[in-house]
Amino acid sequence: MPKAHLEISHVSIEFPTPNGPFKALDDIELVIKEGEFVSLIGHSGCGKSTVLNIVAGLYQATSGGVILDGKEVNEPGPDRAVVFQNHSLLPWLTAYENVELAVNQVYKGKKSKTEIREWVEHNLTLVHMEHAMHKRPDEISGGMKQRVGIARALSMEPKVLLMDEPFGALDALTRAHMQDSLIEIQARLNNTVIMITHDVDEAVLLSDRIVMMTNGPAASVGDILEIDLPRPRDRVGLADNEYYNHYRAEVLKFLYERQRKPEAMVA
Amino acid sequence: MSKGDDMSVRAESIINSIGWKRLIPAGLKIKKINWAEQARLVITRLAVPLVAIGIFLALWGAIASQIETSLGQLPGPAKVWEQTVGLFDEHKEERQKEAAFYERQEKRNAAKLAKNPDAEVKLRPYTGKPTFFDQILTSVITVATGFLLASLIAIPIGIVCGLSTTLYTAFNPLIQVFKPVSPLAWLPIVTIVVSAVYISDDPMFSKSYVNSAITVTLCCLWPTIINTTVGVSTIDKDLINVSRVLRLSWFTKVIKIVLPASIPMMFAGLRVSLGIGWMVLIAAEMLAQNPGLGKFVWDEFQNGSSNSMARIMVAVLAIGLIGFLLDRIMLMLQRAVSWDKNAVLR
Repeated sequence: MPKAHLEISHVSIEFPTPNGPFKALDDIELVIKEGEFVSLIGHSGCGKSTVLNIVAGLYQATSGGVILDGKEVNEPGPDRAVVFQNHSLLPWLTAYENVELAVNQVYKGKKSKTEIREWVEHNLTLVHMEHAMHKRPDEISGGMKQRVGIARALSMEPKVLLMDEPFGALDALTRAHMQDSLIEIQARLNNTVIMITHDVDEAVLLSDRIVMMTNGPAASVGDILEIDLPRPRDRVGLADNEYYNHYRAEVLKFLYERQRKPEAMVA
Repeated sequence: MSKGDDMSVRAESIINSIGWKRLIPAGLKIKKINWAEQARLVITRLAVPLVAIGIFLALWGAIASQIETSLGQLPGPAKVWEQTVGLFDEHKEERQKEAAFYERQEKRNAAKLAKNPDAEVKLRPYTGKPTFFDQILTSVITVATGFLLASLIAIPIGIVCGLSTTLYTAFNPLIQVFKPVSPLAWLPIVTIVVSAVYISDDPMFSKSYVNSAITVTLCCLWPTIINTTVGVSTIDKDLINVSRVLRLSWFTKVIKIVLPASIPMMFAGLRVSLGIGWMVLIAAEMLAQNPGLGKFVWDEFQNGSSNSMARIMVAVLAIGLIGFLLDRIMLMLQRAVSWDKNAVLR
């Protein structure tokens, strides 16, 4: 069994508000192995993104901490690259230049100019964007922008890839396409990934484990589901698979029976 | 692509860059001219403004003929045009005089040197009265200097204020207090300080030029600072997070993310600044008798000849046209540096 790679240890966070501190997360505990694909799922507002932002170093935990390869991390860095929900490409740079900015930052002095160019092109090819490399974000579709965002994150060769609802803003067909791409990339690179999602199918299809979070305030890990499906996974083949459907049902039960949205319970 | 196509595309891009896109329909290829559509466009985009100008001139002429002043009738469009031509002729005459002066001086010196090769020759500059067009040039150079100086100060201040809440709270009271001050109130202080500080036997710039430029600077600062600050502080938080994840240095962050993101707001501020700067400069030149269009207006007012009012009106129109041109230049610059080519810029 691979050793603990990333450890989220007793993480709690409080945000100051005019009515006193608001506790968003309470004692989150999660150990992730190298090469593991973990999804965080939960109702909106439960603090999934907050967990991701703490791992990324963009937020500071009030208590507890994040340990990566035996070292505590508390500021952002390229070893924990983030794929943001709304792509966050710089609109004045082309796809190539957006990735190049990241590559230059991480490999300045380590790679020659030619190597940097090849590495940028390699990563854009990996996400099938080689044909639109020199287009600016406003000239390409939403799915393509997200691909460039993923290429930018991958190009930094992060120890952990953090994805914040990466396909949430895409239509269903594009999303399926992107998930297939991600499966393909994951099979080649075997990254450690934490992905936030709302989508039960996406979580089951992609993950090794699904972390289901309880509703906030003071959200914590409700349950963890191991997805023991063989890889490579194929969405059409899995549609009839009884294990797949069982996992799906487990997540749905958690979300809609054990952790119903508070407003739904009142109604 | 055929040559004709290429030409039409180039013509279109030139027209676009001048900022007269409104005269040309979007995506028009000159080859495929739809004459009916063209006629409609010519009528709406050219004829309508021309008719409006015509009505304005007619009204002006009619009203002016009814007003009798101590200097005669208020000049109408015809009189103003006459004086425009007159001012142009005066300018040409003055240039001829200048050329003649230098020719005489050269001849005199050559003759002197022919007699005695060791003789010391004196080269004197021509000291004629500056013409209307000389005054225009002086004013344009002065406003450009003041505006550039202000921009060089205001943009960095705006950027640091936008990035740091602490610096913003430090600068904000000062900005709010100095912003509403008419730069003309500063003018006496600027004049006194410049006379005391700017001392040199052979000054590179005249004091009057320095005074006017600094006055323009003082009023150009505020809109640029405020707009840049707002532009920088409203950058998409995700983009700032990208720079944090990449661990960009402060300088790289400013160059790669902050500056391009805040360019639209920055230019909005720069354009307001330049507009105010131009208005203030004319007033300052009138008040301080510094060379420029303002002094021209004031001199004509003091002169009080029968042509004075028409000449002042020529100056008024020139001031307006130059102000308009300055704004167009800023718009062109904005288009050139702006990344968002789809933005509607007016």
